[in-house]
Amino acid sequence: MEQGARAETVTGATPSERSGARPRPWRLAGLLVLIALACVLPFTLSGFRIFQFTQVWAYAIALLGLNMLTGYNGQISLGHGAFFALGGYTTAIMIDRWSVPYGWTIPAAGLLCLLAGFLFGIPALRLEGLYLALATFALALAVPQILKYFDDWTGGSQGIVLSKPKAPWGLPLNPDQWLYFLALGIMVALFALGWNLLRGRVGRAIVAIRDNPIAATAMGINNPLYKSLTFGVSACYTGIAGALSVLAVAYVAPDTFNVFLSITFLVGIVVGGLGSISGAVFGALFTQFVPNYAQAISKAAPWAIYGAFLILFMYVMPRGVAGFVRIVWGRLFTARKQ
Amino acid sequence: MDTFLQQVVSGLATGGIYASLALALVMIYQATDVVNYAQGEMAMFSTYLSWSMMNHGVPYWAAFFATVAIAFVGGVLIQRIIIRPVQSAPVLTIVIVCIGLLTIFNSVAGWIYSYIIQPFPSPFPKEPIRIGRIVLAAHDLGAIGVTLLLLGLIYLFFRFTTLGLAMRAAAQNPASARLAGIRVGWMLAVGWGLAALVGSVAGMMVAPVIFLEPNMMGGILIYAFASATLGGFTSPGGAVVGGFLVGVMENLAGTYVSFIGTSLKLTVALALIVIVLLVKPSGLFGRAVVHRV
Repeated sequence: MEQGARAETVTGATPSERSGARPRPWRLAGLLVLIALACVLPFTLSGFRIFQFTQVWAYAIALLGLNMLTGYNGQISLGHGAFFALGGYTTAIMIDRWSVPYGWTIPAAGLLCLLAGFLFGIPALRLEGLYLALATFALALAVPQILKYFDDWTGGSQGIVLSKPKAPWGLPLNPDQWLYFLALGIMVALFALGWNLLRGRVGRAIVAIRDNPIAATAMGINNPLYKSLTFGVSACYTGIAGALSVLAVAYVAPDTFNVFLSITFLVGIVVGGLGSISGAVFGALFTQFVPNYAQAISKAAPWAIYGAFLILFMYVMPRGVAGFVRIVWGRLFTARKQ
Repeated sequence: MDTFLQQVVSGLATGGIYASLALALVMIYQATDVVNYAQGEMAMFSTYLSWSMMNHGVPYWAAFFATVAIAFVGGVLIQRIIIRPVQSAPVLTIVIVCIGLLTIFNSVAGWIYSYIIQPFPSPFPKEPIRIGRIVLAAHDLGAIGVTLLLLGLIYLFFRFTTLGLAMRAAAQNPASARLAGIRVGWMLAVGWGLAALVGSVAGMMVAPVIFLEPNMMGGILIYAFASATLGGFTSPGGAVVGGFLVGVMENLAGTYVSFIGTSLKLTVALALIVIVLLVKPSGLFGRAVVHRV
């Protein structure tokens, strides 16, 4: 049993979280209201704000992917920036070099990352906890150098400049708004997919491996297969996010995919809440907007403010925003009943 | 042959730096199961402190020892004030706090001292030392000497003093140590202080070679990770040996394997970490972690 306790302390997610619960009607209604609000948003904001929210949805996809791996499956990755980069560069190279329509590059990025993640997941099977974190951290550090090394494909430090896609079918949207809806749509689809994946048999197997791998094997779960598949799916989500982000920025360069990107992802899921789907959105909002506010507070040392925010967040909500919301909600609810 | 020997010696010099940082990482890891990602930035910040002292006319060795003392006190304070409140939180939470510290140190150093690359003095003579036909930089030999001296002192401290014994006890079995009257919380704080001290020496020894700037420790830290992995995260002595080995290997690979050069240096560290973890995850000298079912 010791190992189960250990796994839990590593990821910090509670085993009792109810990913298997059916959606209550008011929850579903709340969700639909939120999506409707998100649909109205791009018509009220400036172009730059729309772009920022497009990035938020892209980050949310990446964070959900990482959360599947780290929060649900208990494999710590500090190197998901690598898959974000792989997805982004797949899109950029396909559009720029081979003139592929951008719509096809997104699934291509996803598939390539699925494969790459699955393959990386196989050696990762032998690594646990800290060691996996180290190996993936080294991967994250090496990414910019590797990208620059293959400059025939990636354009070296110059990067690749793209043009923003126009809205198809004569929709009355400007490119920013179209990309916003594209990212939002893909995010909602992938979240629905992820939610279905995690609440069913597969999801229970994934969580069981995190909580007690030996007991999971005893119950007939193929640990290596599930772990490497989780790695693959997680990388696939992150790769799609990378593709969307590159489309929105319309530019890729190796140094955007530095180690800090990977760290930001890990920060995002811990701040948002490990092992929770809504946590990915909270984390994405944090990732996108807190550095901006930090910059507004202090031009001289924005990252110092960011670091201070991080530490404060961890003091106040050690289980992330999603965990905090769950606790507050639980208290309000039980108080009302008494 | 001469090139080979020269590369080995300068490899040992950088290896000493990796060894010190790896030792600092392992000391904190053994006591708290946490890898301190801020270790490199803490070392960088102490190096800046000694630099600004020297700029104000303090002689080298006075600034050196003052910095070492400040680093120790700083490490203790960081553990007591920042790390302790999250001590019982999930490990990932502590990792995030360490990352927060990393960004704070990096950003504050850039704010106070700017991101301009600064030269850092070496206390050793400029003239190279000749042994036969081999020419060695005096700073390389000096850095090896200082590192070995420091590591020796740390060993003596843990082996022969009561405080060292208490610290080892607190790391190995906190519950029993507490029952024996050891103040485990303070032992952890002293551990952080010592790690910061070792890191500050490493920073001051490496700064004359790679120059002083807020991001100087990034690459060094990853090599320190590689060293600790190679030697074994559960073995302080192993981490030191791993550091020297990695330093020599890095230099030889850069000299003799043409496609690596300097452009893929970090990738070599990545490859090394992954290979060691796949072949012998506990490292050369580490204990294999055994799980009880």
